[in-house]
Amino acid sequence: MTILEWMPFSVLVPLIAAPLCALLPGRVMPWSLAMLAVIASAAISALVLPAAVDEPLRYAFGNWPPPFGIEYYVDAVNAFLALLISAMAVVILPWARKSVNQEVPERQGPFYALFLLAMSGLMGITLTGDAFNVFVFLEISSLSTYALIAHGQRRAALLASFRYLIMGTLGATFYLIGIGLLYIATGTLNMADLAERVPEVSDTRAVRAAFGFIVVGIGLKLALFPLHRWLPGAYANAPSAVTVFIAATATKVAVYILLRLVFTVFGVEFALDMPYREVFFTLGIIGILFASISAIDQPTAKRMLAYSSVAQIGYIALAISLVSVEGLAAGLVHIFNHALMKGALFMAVGAVIYRLGTNRVEDFAGLAKSMPWTMLAFVLAGLSLIGVPLTAGFISKWALIQAAIAQDNWVAVAVVLVGSLLAVIYIGRIAEAAYLRPAPENRAPIREVGPWMMVPLWLLIAANFWFGIDTSLTLDTATRGAEVLMGVGP
Amino acid sequence: MRENGILRIIARFLIPLIMLFALYVQFHGDYSPGGGFQAGVMFAAAWILFVLIYGLEAGLAVIPERAMFVLSAAGSLLYALIGLLGVMLGGRFLDFYPLLDDPQAAQQAGIILVEFGVGVTVASVVMLIFTMFARRRGDLGQAWHPEEHD
Repeated sequence: MTILEWMPFSVLVPLIAAPLCALLPGRVMPWSLAMLAVIASAAISALVLPAAVDEPLRYAFGNWPPPFGIEYYVDAVNAFLALLISAMAVVILPWARKSVNQEVPERQGPFYALFLLAMSGLMGITLTGDAFNVFVFLEISSLSTYALIAHGQRRAALLASFRYLIMGTLGATFYLIGIGLLYIATGTLNMADLAERVPEVSDTRAVRAAFGFIVVGIGLKLALFPLHRWLPGAYANAPSAVTVFIAATATKVAVYILLRLVFTVFGVEFALDMPYREVFFTLGIIGILFASISAIDQPTAKRMLAYSSVAQIGYIALAISLVSVEGLAAGLVHIFNHALMKGALFMAVGAVIYRLGTNRVEDFAGLAKSMPWTMLAFVLAGLSLIGVPLTAGFISKWALIQAAIAQDNWVAVAVVLVGSLLAVIYIGRIAEAAYLRPAPENRAPIREVGPWMMVPLWLLIAANFWFGIDTSLTLDTATRGAEVLMGVGP
Repeated sequence: MRENGILRIIARFLIPLIMLFALYVQFHGDYSPGGGFQAGVMFAAAWILFVLIYGLEAGLAVIPERAMFVLSAAGSLLYALIGLLGVMLGGRFLDFYPLLDDPQAAQQAGIILVEFGVGVTVASVVMLIFTMFARRRGDLGQAWHPEEHD
């Protein structure tokens, strides 16, 4: 089979493995099947990326020719993201094993089935070239994510999951209304076909309303300030393994689909006619400042990192509001780098929860003595989040600042710098507790976590530094993707 | 509600008819409106009517919960397998043309099999959801104490 014929299997393998996984008994078998499925998916994605950068791959399902049938359309932008999602799943699953054994002791078959469904849903959103198919995969990934969050140990997880369900359903409905309006106006759902037909009807109220509905709908999924209210509760109460996975992937996919629809389907000129720049610029800036300040006084580490995630979405919104190749590339590269750093941070906090059973900030006191490697990893990933040179976080912030300077946008530069300083404060709170404060005397002795958790965590830390030094995969692919989105270049 | 003669007799009369109609919608879906989803829901509705009259115990004696769970996965696997068959015979995923020589018969066979998978999954999932809610009656007395609000 050719690489084109293998390509859809990066979605199909986890999707088909999910119902099998649900039937498997015990703990070892469901985990092993899930692991095999995500490895296969990541291997296919890794092979697809170089092929798709050269020329877009188009795969028609059921041999129904597009625009009538559903097709997968893979170019530099989404092949890059598909590799990120599947590779993160490969790194997270070994880490998840111990943590899931503790937090979800029973019925692990359905749990890993939901994990595979969530992952294949995200992969599907990324690879598909059909606007309605996006909605279907959005629902697959969202519904399984709600169920995964509800697996959290405390009953607050049910409330958080329900809140996310309401907001997520609202978002999906808005998206669907937008797609419906576009379908009425153009008579097609295929994105490439839409891109050709939208300009003819772009001066109608229906298409403008469609743009509004789609941006607000995806904004909810994206947790763009002020639509972020569901996110902190969902991240804080989900099982640690689920938090790591959704923090690293779910909102990123929403950014991608926003970029794809705004730039490929509606087109740059239409977006500039609409208040796209102003809205994303303003919300991005307020989001960065508001969420970073909120992160400082959160009671638990998970909640703090969740607010930090809202702030990072703000950076991405700011980057894509610049509407230039450099800006979009900065946004895309931050999607990748943020997955690395937030994945590592949530893994470190998850390891603390695994040993300590709590993640309140004051409970980190003196932890650097008993869990030195976990806390060192936390601090290193924190440095990447702050944007210290030689880390991945520096690359994305540097790219963003350069893109802003190129447009003489000094407000954006100032906000990025202030945001980084605020990150120093909230990461510093945990580091200060872990390294400088003495451990409470009544705490039972705790040990460092084992290699199942340590190896994936340090793999991500190593990646944070690798992609801080060698940017050929990240920044170059992101720039290529940004050129595709802006419709310039080859 | 087993004691109420009218309910029992009407239900006994209706349950087979609902099931028969569900099967009609299932297997006539390639020519007329309908298909696996609608048929599955109707089929499950017949079972739910049975449970309403005869109780959950009797309903689960007809089809145990574990069987519903396995069937719900089996239905989607049937769908996936038919899709994969297209790939193995040299076509695309969910490509039905390679299944048989006659293109029309191939499309028909493919869609009927795929929709049968959908029907099985939908029927068993609807029954599962109903079972889970029907079971919960005992827990309602417990107060709801979310530990954390924001």
